[in-house]
Amino acid sequence: MAWLGLYNYWLVIFLMMAGFYVVIAHGNMVKKLIGLNVFQTSVFIFYITIAKADGGAPPILTEGLTRYANPLPHVLILTAIVVGIATTAVGLALVVRIWERFGTVEDEQIPDSDDPE
Amino acid sequence: MTAHLPILPVILPLIAAALCLLLPWARAAWLLAGATTWAVFALAAALIHRVLDQGSLVYALGGWPAPWGIEYRVDALNALVLLVVTGIGAVVMLYARRSVEREVPRSRIPLFYVAYLLALAGLLGITLTGDAFNLFVFLEISSLASYILIAQGPDRRSLTAAFRYLVMGTIGATFILMGVGFLYMVTGTLNLYDLAARLDGVEANRTVRAGFAFLTVGLSLKLALFPLHLWLPNAYAFAPNVVSAFLAATATKVALYALVRFLFTVFGAQDVFQNVPLGTVFLALALAAVFSGSFVAIFQDELKRMLAYSSVAQIGYMVLGLSFASVTGLTATVVHLFNHALMKGALFLAVGCLAYRIGATRMEAIAGLGHRMPWTFGAFAVAGVSLIGLPPTAGFISKWYLVSGALELGWWPVAVLILLASLLALVYIGRVLEAAYFRKPSVAEELQAEAPVALLAPTWLLAGANLYFGLDTRLSAGVAGEAARALLGGPG
Repeated sequence: MAWLGLYNYWLVIFLMMAGFYVVIAHGNMVKKLIGLNVFQTSVFIFYITIAKADGGAPPILTEGLTRYANPLPHVLILTAIVVGIATTAVGLALVVRIWERFGTVEDEQIPDSDDPE
Repeated sequence: MTAHLPILPVILPLIAAALCLLLPWARAAWLLAGATTWAVFALAAALIHRVLDQGSLVYALGGWPAPWGIEYRVDALNALVLLVVTGIGAVVMLYARRSVEREVPRSRIPLFYVAYLLALAGLLGITLTGDAFNLFVFLEISSLASYILIAQGPDRRSLTAAFRYLVMGTIGATFILMGVGFLYMVTGTLNLYDLAARLDGVEANRTVRAGFAFLTVGLSLKLALFPLHLWLPNAYAFAPNVVSAFLAATATKVALYALVRFLFTVFGAQDVFQNVPLGTVFLALALAAVFSGSFVAIFQDELKRMLAYSSVAQIGYMVLGLSFASVTGLTATVVHLFNHALMKGALFLAVGCLAYRIGATRMEAIAGLGHRMPWTFGAFAVAGVSLIGLPPTAGFISKWYLVSGALELGWWPVAVLILLASLLALVYIGRVLEAAYFRKPSVAEELQAEAPVALLAPTWLLAGANLYFGLDTRLSAGVAGEAARALLGGPG
């Protein structure tokens, strides 16, 4: 049952694939962005998981403790979360504009070629 | 001041972007952005001069030494990439004033330049940084800015093109982040050179391989390697002309640089070309890219879309050189990275002149225009010949190194295929020139005159560079060769 102890990684794999599937399978652009978010979140959890040290304390200096979790991946992932938010914001802004100009956010309903307006 | 030389090309555009945001006038924003890009170009020239003179420069950000702090390291390879990216960025800015005024609403022009400067800062950051996570952040800065730039296109389809690029680009960037995570898991470091040294002592275990796979796929998405190129044609076809020229000449090149850096510097000691059949995979994909891209380009009736598909093919050539994993092959990759920036920049700018004058870039619209717009089509012809790879243009130098790299390994079928593919380029460039010079002009063409000098001068600057670097290869091939030898000479 050793593989159960690595359940965080299974969660990462599940979230990653679920998000990826939503991005590919859904034609709705808002749903695509949600899928993309889930996909990115899996990486956040991955980074936080690799920071864990067996029996490690939270990374705050304390008397008598020598074993800490690694704080660096947490910091990295803070940056990645900010990047993810920025991406979502730009994506949603584009979706709003697409809605204004095409009247739909469904991928299939947007003509591949149309005459310049 | 000179001690901070490696960081200034990133800092300057970042500060200028923030200042640009405060400027309400289009002209002032253009002046500021233009002055910044030229200053950065001068810095890049100074940097490459110093690097060639004294060897690599190392800069510790905030005074924190590597591997704790972020390190910027400039060697022959990234100094050359830096020079070409800043050069294109500066020349395109000269062109931008008239072209952007035509395509972007006046109130949004300062914001357009903000995005332009951010994209430039991001690209230069990727080029200069020696830190894997820093590279990811700059990649996202440049990508987010380029989604915005592409969405400014006059056609509404630029919005969907930008959205699709955003989805694909984010998947690519997330893959890169995942790959960096795997490497950190094994080595506990993010510094590229420290990573290289630590991976040297590690058996190629599954974690390293997973990290390697994520990084390669993520970067291949970013550099639009076949079959991950689907975002590229629409993005370049519907973006404003300035943006097409800038991104086509720089964005994919910088991603390619990052791939080269990871494959040869970071994984250099792992001998990925021996342990993983990477060479074969890249060879197959590169040839598929070259042929599919060129074939599709032949059947395009819209010039920008044709050039975009041609970009897919040209990226194939660069990856082809990479797949040889030899000094000549890698030199070909870097030379072509340099030369292709010049050709595609000139071609997109020439098409931009056309769009400025006649408002269309379709094949029917250009019939017989060759005599009315001699300078525009002259530049197109020069850059087109360079794209095909005939002497005395820069493109010939790329093809020369590529073919000699293939022959060196005894891969003569590959050499034959390279030459065959060049004929395909001849067909699609020839189609345009045939329409422009030998077809009867359609009615009501009496009014058409040449494009303004403000647009022609930058176009010819790049077209002229194609001729210059076809004859004097000390900067392009010379530095590329030095970079290739350094990359294959061992880690670090």
